[in-house]
Amino acid sequence: MATPGQGSGTGSQPNRLETGGLVDRSRIVRFTFDGKTYTGHPGDTLASALIANGVSLTGRSFKYHRPRGILSAGSEEPNALVELREGARREPNTRATVAEVFDGLVARSQNRWPSLDFDVMAVNSLLSPIFVAGFYYKTFMWPSALWEKLYEPAIRRAAGLGRASDEADPDTYDKATAFADVLVIGGGTAGLAAALAAARTNARVILVDENATLGGRGVDDGADINGNPAHEWVRTVEAELSSAPNVRILRRTTAFGTYDGGTYGAVERVSDHLAVAAQGVPRQRLWRIVAKETVLASGATERPVVFGGNDRPGVMLAGAVRTYINRFGVLPGRRAVVFTNNDYGASTVAALKRAGAEVVALVDSRAQISDEVKRIASEAGARLLLGAVVTGTLGKKRVTGVTIHTRTGEEERLDCDLVAMSGGWNPNIQLTTHLGSKPTWNDKLLCFLPGTLPHGMSLAGAVAGDFTLGKTLVGGTSAGSAAVTAAGYAAVSVPVPKAADESDAVAPLWRVKSPNGKAFVDQQNDVTESDIELAEREGFRAVEHLKRYTTLGMATDQGRTANVNALAIMAEITGRTIPQTGITVARPPYTPVSLGTLAGHHREKHFKPTRLPPSYRWAKENGCVFVETGLWLRPSYFPRPGEKDWLETVKREVTTVRNAVGICDVSTLGKVDLQGADTAAFLDRIYMNGLKTLPIGKCRYGGMLREDGILMDDGTVARLGENHYFITTTTANAVKVVQHMEYCAQWLWPELDVQIVSATEQWAQYAVAGPKSRELLQKIVDPAFDITDAGFPYLGVGEITVCGGIKARLFRLSFSGERAYEIGVPARYGDALMRRLAEAGKEFGACAYGTEALGVMRIEKGHISGPELNGTTTPRDVGLGGMVSTKKDFIGHVLGKRPGLVDPERPALIGFRPLDRSQRLRSGAHFLKRDAQATAENDEGYMTSVAYSPSNGHWVGLGLLKRGPERIGEIVRAYDPVRGGDTLVEVVSPVFVDPEGVRVRG
Amino acid sequence: MSRAHYSIFSVLRESLRGHTGWGPAWREAEPKPDYDVVIVGGGGHGLATAFYLAKHHGPLRIAVLEKGWIGGGNVGRNTTIVRSNYLLPGNIPFYELSMQLWEGLEHELNYNAMVSQRGVLNLYHSDGQRDAFARRGNAMRLHGVDAELLDQAAVRKMVPFLNFENGRFPIHGGLLQRRGGTVRHDAVAWGYARAADRLGVDIIQNCEVKGFKREGDRIVGVETTRGYIGAKKVGMAVAGSSSRVAAMAGLRLPIESHVLQAFVSESIKPFIDGVVTFGAGHFYISQSDKGGLVFGGDLDGYNSYAQRGNLPVVEDVLEGGMALMPRIGRVRMLRHWGGIMDMSMDGSPIIDHTPVSGLYINAGWCYGGFKATPASGFCFAHLIAHDQPHAVAKAYRLDRFATGHAIDEKGMGPHPNLH
Repeated sequence: MATPGQGSGTGSQPNRLETGGLVDRSRIVRFTFDGKTYTGHPGDTLASALIANGVSLTGRSFKYHRPRGILSAGSEEPNALVELREGARREPNTRATVAEVFDGLVARSQNRWPSLDFDVMAVNSLLSPIFVAGFYYKTFMWPSALWEKLYEPAIRRAAGLGRASDEADPDTYDKATAFADVLVIGGGTAGLAAALAAARTNARVILVDENATLGGRGVDDGADINGNPAHEWVRTVEAELSSAPNVRILRRTTAFGTYDGGTYGAVERVSDHLAVAAQGVPRQRLWRIVAKETVLASGATERPVVFGGNDRPGVMLAGAVRTYINRFGVLPGRRAVVFTNNDYGASTVAALKRAGAEVVALVDSRAQISDEVKRIASEAGARLLLGAVVTGTLGKKRVTGVTIHTRTGEEERLDCDLVAMSGGWNPNIQLTTHLGSKPTWNDKLLCFLPGTLPHGMSLAGAVAGDFTLGKTLVGGTSAGSAAVTAAGYAAVSVPVPKAADESDAVAPLWRVKSPNGKAFVDQQNDVTESDIELAEREGFRAVEHLKRYTTLGMATDQGRTANVNALAIMAEITGRTIPQTGITVARPPYTPVSLGTLAGHHREKHFKPTRLPPSYRWAKENGCVFVETGLWLRPSYFPRPGEKDWLETVKREVTTVRNAVGICDVSTLGKVDLQGADTAAFLDRIYMNGLKTLPIGKCRYGGMLREDGILMDDGTVARLGENHYFITTTTANAVKVVQHMEYCAQWLWPELDVQIVSATEQWAQYAVAGPKSRELLQKIVDPAFDITDAGFPYLGVGEITVCGGIKARLFRLSFSGERAYEIGVPARYGDALMRRLAEAGKEFGACAYGTEALGVMRIEKGHISGPELNGTTTPRDVGLGGMVSTKKDFIGHVLGKRPGLVDPERPALIGFRPLDRSQRLRSGAHFLKRDAQATAENDEGYMTSVAYSPSNGHWVGLGLLKRGPERIGEIVRAYDPVRGGDTLVEVVSPVFVDPEGVRVRG
Repeated sequence: MSRAHYSIFSVLRESLRGHTGWGPAWREAEPKPDYDVVIVGGGGHGLATAFYLAKHHGPLRIAVLEKGWIGGGNVGRNTTIVRSNYLLPGNIPFYELSMQLWEGLEHELNYNAMVSQRGVLNLYHSDGQRDAFARRGNAMRLHGVDAELLDQAAVRKMVPFLNFENGRFPIHGGLLQRRGGTVRHDAVAWGYARAADRLGVDIIQNCEVKGFKREGDRIVGVETTRGYIGAKKVGMAVAGSSSRVAAMAGLRLPIESHVLQAFVSESIKPFIDGVVTFGAGHFYISQSDKGGLVFGGDLDGYNSYAQRGNLPVVEDVLEGGMALMPRIGRVRMLRHWGGIMDMSMDGSPIIDHTPVSGLYINAGWCYGGFKATPASGFCFAHLIAHDQPHAVAKAYRLDRFATGHAIDEKGMGPHPNLH
């Protein structure tokens, strides 16, 4: 017989048993709770260590701030929630029942002020007659303004449990994907038996268990398997599985969700049991496990009984009492009352007795029980009170006794410091319901069992209603064999271990009528049985209404110890059966999952990949300022010493291009290589302008529409050979255009011979623009190639070599309006080419320019870009109406003729300049007639793009204005109240530089 | 007592007698043989429609038919955000009417749905986004809607807990609508149900419509799991089930049904006051009065009628969350769930007649349905009562796709899963 230790090697742990449990008694760890230092052993949870130290008050309830202790020994814990760790690693709402202790652990109670022992907010208990379910929907309405100013702030001050850290989470999180023939969820006796049966074939088996050690309830109950303690059998099986190359065991891993296609989400708590994760090791890992077959062996959760004061510290689930004794070697109380409606009460009595506790009474709501139970009670010296119920508890922050309503209707008081209660078991069916399957009620077992199972899933053990140890071993073995067979392997016969079958008899008892004090159904959210009565009275009878109205089941435990009792009480009140009343279905995750785990490495700077253009290194060396453009980091401008701001730099870059030559990395533009006999026909159907006549060695500006007639993208089309085309797109639409083309090729016109390859990352491409651009290029291009105006005119394309034999492509294109070229080389030469161009450009006064100068010059030329290509404009809206072919069919042709798209009232692209030339323009300003009121009816469009034009010496803008092209010369308001601006602007031609377009041809 | 007025006085009175005097918030009505108007769908929009019909267009005999329990669709599974920060003239007045109805809701319904105007802040991360928000904010201001464009310093002052230091896409500023905020979503359904019930509307739960009965081209009633119910007019407000219900009337709608997931964390001490949306990823977040972080992101992307989503979007959403506020890494996700969005071809809704006389449709809410609830009900009631669209909803025509009058806020075109 074990007895509570009083010293001897367990330090100051008064409730640590002398022997027993699976903790490592050879080592001591120190931890603090609310600033006080305690000791425990490796293998303890925070809860078991607190119990060992005689700490029973661990928290306060959400609404009434009632004192709460440890209810359970698992992840279903509603009460013993703490803030674990400190500073940047502070994590709120951690269940003490699953947190493993480590040396230096710091835990704090939460949602109390100033202290756990003396919590001022407990005054809420006095207001509980008002604070019933849903009271807030009926009040706080007058006066309206006070809701945000007074009522809600008060509610929000009281809201919440623990505090999140106010620093960035310093830990890392990993993600992994695994494939299994058989996934076994749960490493209790059923899951181990199933894993063993599956593992003895060559099948790939993954076993996950949420605890640090395997064995589950078989170990918790201190049962025997094959005549030896269960944990010895567990150790043997674990050894075999660990040594099998086809098996992966994931301990401390919770399968939290069932998803489509046999996918399960699981979180492995890799380092949560350590003070700090080792270097390079994540805190947690998200597993995406794709399984052919899954054996769900998730066990069951014990139900509390709803009676008065059932939330007082010292009231504990009976199974948890056994767990603390058998697994952890701690004794949760010295004088116990066991209150139950089932035969497991007997094993609790026996366990308590073995551990040296006094069992004051076994209170069983059933009038008739088996002789075996009677015998156990008698051997333990416990009074047997049959047909009796506990109506209330005595004491304040710890149970000191209970009131009993006996079978004969008398009230009796019993002194005790522990109430072990059991209302039966609820199978952990959550993972069977995530895909929408509805569970079924079993009247004999008094619980919900899984309904139709997700494809590939089978059950073993308590989740299937097999509550006894013997049945879990039989069911587990056969489920493992069946699953591995279904996965396509020849099953190997596995002997079934032997264990006694205890009795699982149970009779209904959901709540004790006329409770002595508040009787809690959902302990964490403070939902009482009278709240359920109120909800019923007010018509919130559907299960989901009940939950949402009372907040039942919405706490961090998702009502694992509450929902079935609530449903049963509602059924009782309404005189319906439980299945008529409703069912409870769960949503993922089974237990809450850290948000960081779901994000993995994709956070902060690594949120998305960063794409660097080929000239990035050179640009960085040259002091470039970069800008995020989608995933790209593009050169924005290249400031030089002495330049006072970006505007001065950009002016200089523009002026250099207009007067000499500039170089700009345009590799981010989408590039697509198309080949095949029907490429010409294919492109002709995709682009709105005619392309059939495009000769080899030439390129052309082109636009494409969406099917609905809206402009999708613009770019260039170059013909490199008879059946070889190379197109460019805008940077933003590089992916979208390829998707669109693939859709057309594969789905609309599979008969066309065309192959499409994105080449954006394969080519480094630079614009070389300005009157001296050809002279600069002459220094680079190998002499064999003629790039004179005669040999290489405007819109010419050629495959050439540069720098002594490097393959390159040259395009004579211009976005700036100047004589300009784009030169492309394989991306690996991109950096070198940039350096050569910069070096060679020195004698011409060349400079590099970025997106800012690029933008200025395209606006000066009235070229459209992203702000005009906004997914709602037609070609005509942006001045490209003339490009649209009337001689052919193409995508968007038909729907583009709908009345709404050809309405002459639509805003159309035009240019603007400030009436007072010193004023600045801003994109996003709306246009109003000069004297019009600022109202929605008078809204005539908006400014899409603006720039300071060095060539004009003032700001210029492009915008979409109702009937814009007809209004040149008119003065309108550019109305910008969100930036305090209201500017008079003159409607002008959208081409501000070289309107005749002579410079581009040189 | 079922008609009790809710107030602090009635709550205090009831607290003295154990709250035994409260009656049902709405009656459990049995279907009558026929009605003037039958609303199919007991969600937020259907219940609001019934309420405004009874309040403004009565006397009418009205029933709301719900296949399950009221408020079980998207009104009970959204991220509770209300706002009217729209861009296009077809949308702004409608959503602003909705906002104004929210502002008076608790008094109109005598039910506190906790309309909480703590602001909606949309972040911008580039000059282009800033200008797009300026355009939007200016459009709002032209419609008399509040909008402010904040620079980085102002955003930092307002929401200092965001990642300003080492974000992949730095925060440059934000567009703020102070009147935006959140509403306790379930309470909206209950509040409308109770108020409609008090005006005589029959709310009939567990009553699924299985077919429409026509005489000629005119609707005369609906077949249900609880028998035939005659109706002079029938209004459909069934969100994610729109295409299936409309198919029973022989209609094919320009709508696809898609899954959108929503998420809530464990309850933690409040630190996020209003709503914040990330401009460089699909992520938006607020914190409820109970302390849970309520957040969401993009559609799962595939067509589905199943109210559940999958891991790729869960991960995508949290990547956005951790990019924006890496301090939430150790906070835990409590639940995630899916709702079915009736995604239209331009991202905007439809409130219109159908080709079947007497049958009206309210659909295509995409994921903007919750904030629209009051105005949707208000305008749908107007349409059903007068056979004419309400002034602020006249752009929401069913034939706008044929005529080229799409209301495409995002410029995504006829791709429902991109709106």
